[in-house]
Amino acid sequence: MIETAAISAPRTPLRYSYFPGCSADSTGISYTLSTAYVARKIELELVEIPDWCCCGISAAAVTDPELGIALSARSMALSERANPGLDVVAPCTGCFKSLKTAVSFARKSTSNHARVEELIEMPYAASAEAYSLLEVLSQPEVATVVKERICGSLQGLKVACYYGCAIVRPPAISQFDDPENPQSMDTLMQLAGAEPLSWAYKTECCGASHQISAPRSARVLIERILANAAANGAQAIVTACPLCTLNLDLREKEINRARQNRGEKPFNIPIYYFTELLGLVMGGSAKELGVNRHFWPVSAIDIGVANSSLDAEVVA
Amino acid sequence: MTTIDLSEVTSADLEAVSQISREADVDPDDCYQCGKCTAGCPMAHEMDLVPRQIIRSLQLGLYRRVLTAKSPWVCAQCQVCSVRCPQEVRIAELMLAVRHAAKREGLRPVRETDIFDDIFVSNIRSQGRNNEVFLAAFYNLQSGHLVQDVANVPAMVARGMIGPRINHVKDKAAVRRIVDKVLKKGSSGSSDSLDTPSSPSSSVAPSSPSSPGQRDGDAQ
Ligand code: SF4
Ligand code: SF4
Repeated sequence: MIETAAISAPRTPLRYSYFPGCSADSTGISYTLSTAYVARKIELELVEIPDWCCCGISAAAVTDPELGIALSARSMALSERANPGLDVVAPCTGCFKSLKTAVSFARKSTSNHARVEELIEMPYAASAEAYSLLEVLSQPEVATVVKERICGSLQGLKVACYYGCAIVRPPAISQFDDPENPQSMDTLMQLAGAEPLSWAYKTECCGASHQISAPRSARVLIERILANAAANGAQAIVTACPLCTLNLDLREKEINRARQNRGEKPFNIPIYYFTELLGLVMGGSAKELGVNRHFWPVSAIDIGVANSSLDAEVVA
Repeated sequence: MTTIDLSEVTSADLEAVSQISREADVDPDDCYQCGKCTAGCPMAHEMDLVPRQIIRSLQLGLYRRVLTAKSPWVCAQCQVCSVRCPQEVRIAELMLAVRHAAKREGLRPVRETDIFDDIFVSNIRSQGRNNEVFLAAFYNLQSGHLVQDVANVPAMVARGMIGPRINHVKDKAAVRRIVDKVLKKGSSGSSDSLDTPSSPSSSVAPSSPSSPGQRDGDAQ
């Protein structure tokens, strides 16, 4: 189609500096695989930050706010040095929040900026922005390309889009979407042919690391999220964070056991990364996207594309 | 209805409370006790003093009461309270500042969350990144919850989530210097231990869970 190429303006290449985060090749492996698949499809180039370190997430911030800022600023500074001119994208919303907190802290005052450079012993201009992957894919120009690459449909699958805390709160840091009723993931799911539901637990906390350190207190947070999704008729929960996903996906079985012991109805809600569902309607197979690595079984979804049914055999 | 006895509040308590608000850069007196923070708090069911009561106690100078409360340690830092407060009281920051004050005095009303955060930080200090398997294993060892989540390990291995991969930064020394510099400033009295060579088995920062002078209380 030479004609089309001649009339449409050349697309600005999509390039971002990439912060994978500590869970990228472990518990968040499906997120990494499906992100890579979607990125390939929409020609989004992800250039990994050399020698990035842990963002510190809440443990560092709780210990000392400066620690989270300094650890994140180190990776941002390495990004500016190795990938000049590129903004940073972090698929994990926890990483996104830490990186963005560091950027806004360093930009706030010259004394803050000096303190950060003193701590990381490196020049840091604080010129690169930090974005979540959801924000990057939701930008209108990118969403247009996403739409062009979609060849199947989720056929009205009823999905509860779950954003969690860190991607929207505090809004002064995240500067993204509506903190109480965000829509960006819902819009992408609509493009994929799903029916995003209106529900109340979009931005409720999943308990984060409290699911390890205070499991008995925190399990109910997951249960409430599953319960509200179920009450609203969700056939799936869609996520944008590896920790939220692990908490929901890994614990559903255990929560169901407890519910059955109490004589309550168990849930049957598979949990997907938004990138898995996008990849699926772009023609990816369950294996390529990492969908076969879930803990709670995924359901068969006919999306009308050869060889990318979700009828995946989940690893035993 | 419970009444609060204010006769024991000293001027030292009042000064300590204002230090908490200075650290958090939040004035508890802005709060008019509407309770909206508490209505949305996902952890309120586990708190001995709900967020509204923590703020009220700070207003009244009840330093000991907030210091021994479990609430700041079960707070998940989800920021719902801060975002919804009509008076823009950033409650989550106050929770954090109370926690730091308690820790300075050798108190940790909830042992587990503190152990977890310490191990997390010492993991970063030694590897530059967090190896989730080490993290969980050391947490189990130090918290005494030895078999927690062990049943999930084979499933994680089968999914390629756990393996012998090396997940650390090349310039580990740079990350270590950052951690040490920030924590030394905190004058937590543990700066000596920061200079010890680290191995995954030595939890260093910022205060070793086994160090004396800390009170243990179970989270559950
Ligand atoms: S929401 Fe704000 S004003 Fe209302 S009780 Fe909580 S801190 Fe006070
Ligand atoms: S930040 Fe803490 S106190 Fe505030 S709503 Fe979340 S868990 Fe509750």
